[in-house]
Amino acid sequence: MEYYLSLFVRAIFIENIALVFFLGMCTFIAISKKIETSLGLGIAVVVVQTITVPVNNLIYQFLLADGALAWAGFPEVDLSFLGLLSYIGVIAAMVQILEMFLDKYVPALYNSLGVFLPLITVNCAILGGSLFMVNRSYNFSESIVYGLGSGVGWAIAIVVLAGIREKMKYSDVPEGLRGLGITFITVGLMSLGFMSFGGISL
Amino acid sequence: MSLRTFMDGLEPNFHKGGKYEKYYAIYEMVDTIFYTPGKTTVGQSHVRDAVDMKRVMTTVWWCAFFPMLVGMYMVGHNATAAMQELGIPALEGWRGMIISLMAGYDPNSLWDCFVYGAVFYVPIYAVTFVVGGLWEVLFAVKRGHEVNEGFFVTSILFSLTLPATIPLWQVAIGISFGVVVGKEIFGGTGKNFLNPALTGRAFLYFAYPAQISGDAVWTAVDGYSGATALSLAAAGGLEGVMASGMTWWDAFLGNIQGSVGEVSTLAIFIGGAVLLTTRVASWRIMAGVFLGMTATSLMFNWIGSDTNPMFALPWHWHLVLGGFAFGMVYMATDPVSAAMTNTGRWWYGALIGVMCVLIRVVNPAFPEGMMLAILFANLFAPLFDWSVVRANVRRRLARV
Repeated sequence: MEYYLSLFVRAIFIENIALVFFLGMCTFIAISKKIETSLGLGIAVVVVQTITVPVNNLIYQFLLADGALAWAGFPEVDLSFLGLLSYIGVIAAMVQILEMFLDKYVPALYNSLGVFLPLITVNCAILGGSLFMVNRSYNFSESIVYGLGSGVGWAIAIVVLAGIREKMKYSDVPEGLRGLGITFITVGLMSLGFMSFGGISL
Repeated sequence: MSLRTFMDGLEPNFHKGGKYEKYYAIYEMVDTIFYTPGKTTVGQSHVRDAVDMKRVMTTVWWCAFFPMLVGMYMVGHNATAAMQELGIPALEGWRGMIISLMAGYDPNSLWDCFVYGAVFYVPIYAVTFVVGGLWEVLFAVKRGHEVNEGFFVTSILFSLTLPATIPLWQVAIGISFGVVVGKEIFGGTGKNFLNPALTGRAFLYFAYPAQISGDAVWTAVDGYSGATALSLAAAGGLEGVMASGMTWWDAFLGNIQGSVGEVSTLAIFIGGAVLLTTRVASWRIMAGVFLGMTATSLMFNWIGSDTNPMFALPWHWHLVLGGFAFGMVYMATDPVSAAMTNTGRWWYGALIGVMCVLIRVVNPAFPEGMMLAILFANLFAPLFDWSVVRANVRRRLARV
């Protein structure tokens, strides 16, 4: 239990996927102007990440990894070169299923998320989560915890950025830096704050 | 001719259409150093109060003099004592020349120690002020806003967080980063989201760690190394601190290794008392920081650890060691980067206290956590405000 807790904390803070690895930057910067919408997007990412990382873990373990097909009688087959393709396929399918599910059963949430839900498919934080899972050879239960933790970390980062950007509407940024430029600098300064966790080993 | 008529005579040159229209910011800066501006707010809402930004900022500036003076004495005291120990008769270079004109090297003499500290600290502050001031004026002239007294505070707080031995070119780079990236590109005082002084220091800390951390930088004598109390505690716990001959009262009065301004908790509290009675600083933030620190350190004491001696460090030691007190009184209370709502201030303060102890105890990479804790809480301050406002809206809607 303690092990999973420390994995969870590490995924949220120490290895924050947005502010330490700088993944998922496109949506991170595009959809962080308002706290409410970024909160919605953050929750959607948490849900998708918690589902796709374990599912990809199962696919990797039982289909793709070197010798994973032993149960089907092909112990010498190594399909791991198909990794990227299958992970992104799983992510797209999962987002699609989630979208249909929400549309049918939770229309309120579906409407508030709007276009962000399909956008998650191309969010590299999601693919990054699956690739990290393979890279660090997490098992199934670890990948559930890691998926949840990295999603929560990304969600926290985007909500914090949205808070800062809402405060910054009172700022007077030089013309050349307005918009994307100052947002990049803001994200850089944010990760300076997140340096507090750099070096902690749990 | 009085100064006022002289300034009034110059003034038309700086107005729109005048010869030096571009440099109005500089005229305004010099004018408001000597005189209170006569301008009042235009527009519908106008609060009449004797307190303005100038008075608020200069109050903080004066309050920072307490830790500065004690810090300079302590730099000199530690260094001259170390020189006696090592058998060094005098300091070389231009610093030694200045000392030989004015004082000696007696660690028991108040004047000698003070002069010794001053030849180290005054150049740091001068460089901070000149370089940072240049950026400030450049941006003010170019972007058409006024040079603000907020820089007085940023400059003195930045210079007080540095070790006395830091190379002066690094001071210049640090304050440039703090003023330009931490503040001016967001539009100047009141429009940034991180504390500019701490942004500059964090930049130096990660860019040039050798000159701002470790054991060799705190005593202003070449070749003498003295670890800070927090490094001692990280290595050997409270016993390690005690074994070096340091008592709680030493740490409280300031007789320890550390950055110039952070050593004397007593002097910091005197400045803090002035800030609190004039209500310049928010007591809610200070109380939040203190409570957060106490609760977290008590929790760590209760958990305990066999391998990490920092777990056992009691809260009254956390209070006097490192930059905790300085950060709590002068840095956390920066009204721009802190939370604006009263409830938000409690949460913001508590987050700083919790994070500070967390970094000190759990993170082996940094012996001191106050700087990063405050920068971290700065990020969350707008969110605290947002949730407080939201909760308030919801509560009042329910009443309708």
